[in-house]
Amino acid sequence: MVTIFNRNAAAPDTPEPIEKQGLSRRDLLKGGTISLGAILVISGSSIIHPEFAWGLETSNLKPETMATLIQLARDIYPHDHIPDRFYAIAVKPYDAKAGEDPKTKKMIEDGIADLDKRAGKGGYIGLGWEDDRLAILRKVEDTPFFQTVRGGLVTGLYNQEEIWPLFGYEGESYSKGGYIARGFGDIEWL
Amino acid sequence: MAAPFDLKDDSVVVIIGSGAGGGTLGNELAQKGIDVVILEAGARHEYEDFTNNEWDSFGQLAWVDKRTTSGDWRVAKDFPNLPAWIVKSVGGSTTHWAGASLRFQDHEFKALTHYGKVKGASLLDWPITLAELEPYYAKAEDKMGVTRTNGIAGLPGNNNFKVLKAGADKLGYKECHTGNMAINSAERDDRMSCQQTGFCFQGCKWGAKWSTLYTEIPKGEKTGKLEVRPNSMAQKIEHDKSGKVTGVLYTDKEGKQQLQKARIVAVAGNSIESPRLLLNSESTMFPNGLANSSGQVGRNYMRHTTGSVYGIFEKPVHMYRGTTMAGIIRDEARHDPSRGFVGGYEMETLSLGLPFMAAFLDPGGWGRSFTSALDQYVNMAGLWIVGEDMPQEDNRITLHKGEKDKYGLPIANVNFSDHKNDIAMRDHAYEQGKALYEAVGATRVFPTPPYPSTHNLGTNRMSEKAKDGVVNKHGQSHDIKNLFVSDGSQFTTGGAENPTLTIVSLAIRQADYIAKEMAAKTI
Repeated sequence: MVTIFNRNAAAPDTPEPIEKQGLSRRDLLKGGTISLGAILVISGSSIIHPEFAWGLETSNLKPETMATLIQLARDIYPHDHIPDRFYAIAVKPYDAKAGEDPKTKKMIEDGIADLDKRAGKGGYIGLGWEDDRLAILRKVEDTPFFQTVRGGLVTGLYNQEEIWPLFGYEGESYSKGGYIARGFGDIEWL
Repeated sequence: MAAPFDLKDDSVVVIIGSGAGGGTLGNELAQKGIDVVILEAGARHEYEDFTNNEWDSFGQLAWVDKRTTSGDWRVAKDFPNLPAWIVKSVGGSTTHWAGASLRFQDHEFKALTHYGKVKGASLLDWPITLAELEPYYAKAEDKMGVTRTNGIAGLPGNNNFKVLKAGADKLGYKECHTGNMAINSAERDDRMSCQQTGFCFQGCKWGAKWSTLYTEIPKGEKTGKLEVRPNSMAQKIEHDKSGKVTGVLYTDKEGKQQLQKARIVAVAGNSIESPRLLLNSESTMFPNGLANSSGQVGRNYMRHTTGSVYGIFEKPVHMYRGTTMAGIIRDEARHDPSRGFVGGYEMETLSLGLPFMAAFLDPGGWGRSFTSALDQYVNMAGLWIVGEDMPQEDNRITLHKGEKDKYGLPIANVNFSDHKNDIAMRDHAYEQGKALYEAVGATRVFPTPPYPSTHNLGTNRMSEKAKDGVVNKHGQSHDIKNLFVSDGSQFTTGGAENPTLTIVSLAIRQADYIAKEMAAKTI
């Protein structure tokens, strides 16, 4: 079972040889880890965000597939004030699903491979400008792969309670006695 | 005898569904000393069980049994297996409704007369008038504690309402207020007042909003004359050789099939499930389903012409604070064909929490156009359009040819396409909504497509003549004297108003009629 975990440093566990992961030409090498857009780091079966101290392990999908999924999630629903970990939480269930259902695994791996192929050298994640990635996504937006990922994000991303305050949404109010004394009619700028 | 009733007791009235129609009818009959069994497909969740979380609540309350969709409505593409957002729980959709309680206008009971023949529409006059229904509207408003009736004060306006009101004033609208709401503005009927919690759609945890769950049903149960059986899914209505209905076959909470005998059966399962049940009750004697000699069962499905408009402002609104339907503009509800359509529409505030806003703002949408809107969630105000849609013969509920539910009965398909009149009305309303918010300084406005239907109407419609509809002016089927329809599927046309008050009024009136006919031994 994969878990999202906090860690203090991006200390890599003994990573598998980079060549074996088939990633070497694509990304910057950094002492046995692979940096993705200088933000996410793949280490062994983990994707680590060194600066903000979180990581995610994969057991069924390739870690680089998961890293690209996280970027894809952000490209589909880009919120510049929302940190990567929320996107990671949103797409993480695909790793477990890939373990239970070979069809899901194939759809995700093939879908990501297709994005990489369309992106050419450097792969999808190597495209620096969002517009270049969007040009690819517009070509695949009707595929089951894209629609599955997009549809899953609607709840996977926006139904995370921790994300709500970042949008100013206060969520549950019953336990606080509703808004009758907490600003239900406090608008002043009208 | 006292509730609970024996399965073989054939003296009881069996009501299918416990919402606005079924729950009200059940209590009204029980108060008159008539024995009633309500079969409710959903579980019983009391109001303290409700949750202030949109998706969790959806999982708790929504009717999510599979249905299919067809037609050109966008719901068929975006939510192909969720044509309606209604409830499967004791209390039915009165747990979920916003509380807006408006009387129909006089002309809306005579749509054909006032609008004339509209090409492609199957318009018909109701067999009753506003004058006939007025005493029952008055009873319903008192029962439900509707604000701005019976001396009950209106609710205070929240931020979303204040934006609406400011825009209404700018556009010169005259009739804008915090609505006629079945939400207590002060303690009443042993229920507390509204705490402006929001989450009206998720069930009111204070019980401030009227729902049959904690008003009609316990009051009926207290008489010893009403038994509510939750988790009891009606499958088929049975009849005898004379064609009279004799009982209801249903699956109980253990999944076992039971037959509850009945003197009278009243169907109140909402406008998708009610016709489905009648169609699934086909027999050698009634090969097209019960009460269907006209071929009208399932036809003329209406869902109101809806849509939403959200505006983004420079400064915060916090629209989600307080009642969901916090105010109304009624000026466009009139019939005025100079606008390019017949009938009218109401504009009512609406808000969704962030999770549902993400799901419904632009279903299927993605990219920065979409996310930059959500980024401004706090600065958003919203309104919902509720207008009269045209009944059309082919907008209908049919039994699916291939797919069956877990009990082996065909599921429902909901076919719906907009009429030209519906589109013209919606476009007009989008323009007015946009103008309204821009008048208050909106920097961006979104015409949001209709959500899965909450107002499902018309699939067993009332008609003067048996060939034009399914039931008469008392909701009694034209074909079978002891079979009634007690929900919004009786509506001949939809009007511009939220339907619940009319459903409740019809149920009170129907109870009087059933009691009278039972006493006279005609049924």
